[in-house]
Amino acid sequence: MSARILTVDDSCSMRQMVRAALEADGYEVREADNGETALAALEVESPDLVITDLYMPTMDGLTLLRAIRERPQHKFTPVLLLTTEHGEEMKQRGRASGATGWLVKPFQPEQLRQVVSRVLGAARVRA
Amino acid sequence: MTLDPVLQIFFDEAEELLRLFEDGVLGLEQASGDRECLHSIFRAAHTLKGNSSMLGFERIATVTHALEELLVRLRAGESAPSRAVIDALLSANDMLGTLVARARANDDRDVPGVGALIDMLADHAQSVGHVAPPAAPARPSVSGEEALYAIRFEPPVDLLRRGLDPLRLMDALAGLGEVSDLAADAKRLPALDALDAEGSYFIFTCRLRTRAPRAEVEACFEFVDEPGAVHITALEGGQDAAVPAPSLAAVDALPSPHEKNRWTEGETQSIRVATEKVDRLVDLVGELVITQSMVAQIVHQLGQGAGAGERLPELQEAVAQMDRHARDLEERVMAVRMLPIKTVFGRFSRVVRDLAQSQGKRVSFETRGDETELDKTVIERIGDPLLHLVRNAIDHGIEPPAERLQRGKPEAGRLTLGAYQQGGNIYIEIQDDGRGLDRERIRSKGVDVGLVNPDDTLTDEQAFALIWEPGFSTAAQVTEVSGRGVGMDVVKRNVEALSGSISTQSVAGRGTTFRIKLPLTLAILEGQSLRVGGEVYILPLATITESVRPTTEALKTVLGTREAFLMRGEVLPFVRLHRLFRVPGAVEEPTRGLSVVVEHEGRRVALFVDELLGQQQFVIKSLDSNFHRVDGVAGATILGDGRVALILDVPGLVALGKAA
Repeated sequence: MSARILTVDDSCSMRQMVRAALEADGYEVREADNGETALAALEVESPDLVITDLYMPTMDGLTLLRAIRERPQHKFTPVLLLTTEHGEEMKQRGRASGATGWLVKPFQPEQLRQVVSRVLGAARVRA
Repeated sequence: MTLDPVLQIFFDEAEELLRLFEDGVLGLEQASGDRECLHSIFRAAHTLKGNSSMLGFERIATVTHALEELLVRLRAGESAPSRAVIDALLSANDMLGTLVARARANDDRDVPGVGALIDMLADHAQSVGHVAPPAAPARPSVSGEEALYAIRFEPPVDLLRRGLDPLRLMDALAGLGEVSDLAADAKRLPALDALDAEGSYFIFTCRLRTRAPRAEVEACFEFVDEPGAVHITALEGGQDAAVPAPSLAAVDALPSPHEKNRWTEGETQSIRVATEKVDRLVDLVGELVITQSMVAQIVHQLGQGAGAGERLPELQEAVAQMDRHARDLEERVMAVRMLPIKTVFGRFSRVVRDLAQSQGKRVSFETRGDETELDKTVIERIGDPLLHLVRNAIDHGIEPPAERLQRGKPEAGRLTLGAYQQGGNIYIEIQDDGRGLDRERIRSKGVDVGLVNPDDTLTDEQAFALIWEPGFSTAAQVTEVSGRGVGMDVVKRNVEALSGSISTQSVAGRGTTFRIKLPLTLAILEGQSLRVGGEVYILPLATITESVRPTTEALKTVLGTREAFLMRGEVLPFVRLHRLFRVPGAVEEPTRGLSVVVEHEGRRVALFVDELLGQQQFVIKSLDSNFHRVDGVAGATILGDGRVALILDVPGLVALGKAA
């Protein structure tokens, strides 16, 4: 069964880009448009990986991340942060909140696929 | 032109973001320095920056980047932004609007002013405050030879709690080549009472034979950047140096424009639908499937010889339920085309601000019923008529501040855009508290342009109707925005093209309200069915003014072949539908049929039919793609009994009557 990935972003374009890139690799992709809807989706979908934006209305990415880590059944779920900041500070804040990793925008679909397959440990990174 | 779906969504979203941005800036100006507005502006700019850089729209990315720099400082600062900053933000908004439109049109030409704008934003950013610039990204190392690495991985204890599984990392390594000698060293494992069950204590060692560049080997551990956690030693080949694993930021230069299509391939037009609408559809289809299977089961049992008498009520109930669901489904599928009017109203706060400013007037603007939903087509076409009416209200309706004070009104005029639904119609109101329409001035202007006889006295209603006439304008002076006498008649035509109508209420000195009435959806027609021979035709109900049985005296033959219908002294073209559409077996004798009078743009024709049937709603099916155009026919619908009925094209028939 293919891994299921939840993409969380208030921007529909960004969700589409993530979806397009990952579906091409056979992942199942689910979407949520902010932290709160993501938490709801988490219960229903039990994703294997969450990719989230940081700035979102209602509930931002770091709050979502902390909420995920507080839930017993999801505390080990990998969470990747999407960010436009290059700063070390962002990484530290993400790390402190339990982020698995981060992707800096702009990135290419191939980069996203590589990071995802590394985090999910699928042994088909390279052809 | 068809568009890659991702690009399509990007453009639609970009426009939406810019509207949010603009609303936010205007809100920021009104409630000087409102944090919530500042946050929403920032989010919009930030999202647009991220998306545009992802898709390789560099100019948009550069402008939004400069914008973000300024906003970051505004956010960090305490003071409300100055007027100059607000103006700069609005200029940036306009520029981005242009850039997005250019990008959508695939227009690569340089847009003048981008550089100046970026400089201006940077200047403002500098004067607002100082924030350290981001560090420049480094370049990754590259290799290609086969190499053998010894890898030692001493995971941080909290690895699992960060969502990283050491075994998965080992899997990722295995994806690069051949992993051998994998071992786990338990020396870090603490005593049982000190053991954290969720901790990662094992130290993993292995060898990896691979052709992948060293950077990729390191990238497997890119999120484990604790010093000393990962040791990679080249045993054969490979470059050996203790280079820290590069972060992803290192690899990501802006993609060049020709790369942007790597995101997807494909095409088609899209409509964005709220998820809950789709969910409701899915629910309903589920219900429909259940009732359908109930019916199928009962029918099956009947076929097996079950007593028809007992099963009949059950069957009736199931069919009734299925009928209900089918109706609901129709309604909700229609709802997919419905969009909230706020997408249109939203644009006006800026328009009102700019117009009022350019005229030295003060206007407080308000919208009501923003969530009222209209058909997508109506939403797309109602903007221009509304713009005209809003301009008209600011131009002619609302008085300059001094005049208002003199009349004992508040200095700022009030302008309201409201929308609401009533029955099968949507009403949109444009209301101002300005001068109101001046009946006498309209009358005298009407006399000037020859629309009114000097001796006529006019009722309010008659006077107000004049403003919709082509070539009519009451503006004492021609201004930059309106008053050229074009506009109001165009407004009326546009609204009528949407099967709508406009009414006017006005009290001198108190203000004017224009009320636009529109059908809920263009896909459903409120119609009158009528019979001609064995055929059924549909007329839009709103076009029918009256139906009368012709008398022999009322019919005249003019110019030898053409027939005219005399009604209260008026001569109307008489169009026999059975002749026009060559329907056999229709009533030929005028006194045994009916004459249905329809109107379009003030011109009327009498249509001769056998009889009227009933009034109801019809779902319009387009004929465009399958059939040749037939004069006098606008579309088709499917009747309850499954037959097809043609919907008559009243404007076409009126034109035909004129030519006939």
